[in-house]
Amino acid sequence: MSPVIIARNLHYKYEDGTVALAGVDFDLFPGETVAVFGGNGSGKTTFVLHLNGLLDGQGTIEVCGLPVKSETLKQVRQKIGIVFQDPDDQLFMPSVLEDVAFGPLNLGTPPDQAVERARIALDQVGMLEHQHKAPYHLSAGEKKRVAIAGVLAMDPEVLVLDEPTTFLDPPGQRSLTVLLRGLPQSKLIVTHDVEFARSLSKRAVFFEKGRIAGDGPTDRIIEQFRWIGL
Amino acid sequence: MHHVVLERWSRGTSLLHRRDARVKILSLLIFLIAVATTHRDFELPGLLYFAVLVGGMIAARLPVIGMLRRAAIVLPFSLTLAAITWISGEPRRAAMVVEKSFLSASAALLLVATTPLPQLLRGLEMLGTPRFLLMVAQFVYRYLFVIAEQAHRMRLAALCRGGRFRPKGGFRSAAGTLGVLFARSYERADRIHRSMISRGFEGHFNLLSRPSLVWADAGFLFLTAALVAVIRV
Repeated sequence: MSPVIIARNLHYKYEDGTVALAGVDFDLFPGETVAVFGGNGSGKTTFVLHLNGLLDGQGTIEVCGLPVKSETLKQVRQKIGIVFQDPDDQLFMPSVLEDVAFGPLNLGTPPDQAVERARIALDQVGMLEHQHKAPYHLSAGEKKRVAIAGVLAMDPEVLVLDEPTTFLDPPGQRSLTVLLRGLPQSKLIVTHDVEFARSLSKRAVFFEKGRIAGDGPTDRIIEQFRWIGL
Repeated sequence: MHHVVLERWSRGTSLLHRRDARVKILSLLIFLIAVATTHRDFELPGLLYFAVLVGGMIAARLPVIGMLRRAAIVLPFSLTLAAITWISGEPRRAAMVVEKSFLSASAALLLVATTPLPQLLRGLEMLGTPRFLLMVAQFVYRYLFVIAEQAHRMRLAALCRGGRFRPKGGFRSAAGTLGVLFARSYERADRIHRSMISRGFEGHFNLLSRPSLVWADAGFLFLTAALVAVIRV
C-alpha cells in the first residue's frame, strides 16, 4: 500500500530568518493514525501547513498520489482536511449547516447536494440537531465537532488535527476520542496530550528543531523523549 | 449585549418574522422615504407613523417598551443636531429632527428584530447590495462576540495585576488595549483566511439556497406602501 502522505526533504524558513523546517521526511499510510509531538516552535504546525499548500517550502510533498503544487491545490485540499486548533477560526458562517456546507459548495457541489453532505457529516459527529444554530451559541466541544464536520463534508481521505483537545474539558476530550476512533480516514494528530495520543495512535513522531527526531511506537517515543508532565 | 437580545427576537415565528427579507427591506425603505419627505404638520403623521410601528411590534410579539428603549440609542446624536437647529431659531424643525430620527431608528430596529441576520444579508444581497460589504458585515457580527470576550479577558488580566480603569489615564490604557486587540484580531483574520482556503475558498461565497416570494409577501409590501402613502398624503 502506497502512503497517503509522502514528504521528502522539506525545508522552510520564515521571513525573519527563523528556520522552521530543516529537512523533514515523513510517510503516512492508509488507515493509519500518527501522533505528532514536539515542543513549541519545533515545526509541527509549519509542517501541517505545508500539507495542503498553505505554506510552500523547499522539498516535495505528495497527498494521495497528487504532488502538492499550485495546479493541484484544489484536489489536494479536498483530499486532506485540516481541523485547526481554535474552532472559532473555522466557524464563521451564520449557521452551523451553512458552515459545514461551505466546503462542498466551494468544491462545486450543487446546493441541494451540499446540504445533504453537510447533514450527513453533522450526523456523523452527532451535531445534526444543532444544524440551525449560530456557531457562537455552541460549547467548545460542540464547536470542535462542527469544525470536524466541516472538514468531513468534503469527503477527505486524510484528516489532520492541530491540537484537537485544546479548550476541551475531560468529557469533551473523551467524546472526541470516541468520535475520532470511529472515523475511517488516515489521521495525523498534532498534540501535547500524551494520554489522548496513546488512546488513538500506535505510531508517533517527535519534532525537534524543524526535524523529525524520532519515529516509532507511541509509547517508545514518549519514553525516549521523556514527553510526559509532572 | 444588545445583539444577543436582537438575535433572540429575530428568531420568532410571527407573521412578520415569516415575511421574506427582501419585502421587509423594501417596506423599510418606503417607510424611511415617507418619513423623511413628510414636511409640513408632522404632528399627526408622526403619531400615525409611530402607531404603525407599534402595531408592527405588537404583531411581531416583540416587547414594545424594550424596542423603543433600544431605538432611543439614536437620540443623543439627533438631540445634538436638534439643539443646533433650535439655537438657530427653528424650534419646530428641531422637534421634527428628533421625531424623524427616532421613527427611523425604530423602523430599522423592527426589521432587524424580525429578520435573522443570515436572511437579512441574503435579502440585501438579492436586492443588489455589493457582496463585499455584506461579507464585512457578516464577519463583524460573527466575531464581535469573540473579540468582546478577548477584551473582557484582557481587562480581567489587567485588574488582576492591579490595573485600574479610571477616567484619569483611562485613555492611555484604552489605547493600549485597543492596540493589542487590533493586533490579535489581525492574527485571527489570518487564521480564519487560512481555514477558509483549506476548505477550497477561492474568493467567492456560494449561496446555499435562494428563497422565493409568496403571495403573502407581495400583500405585506402592498399593505405597508398603501398605509404609509395614506399617512403621507
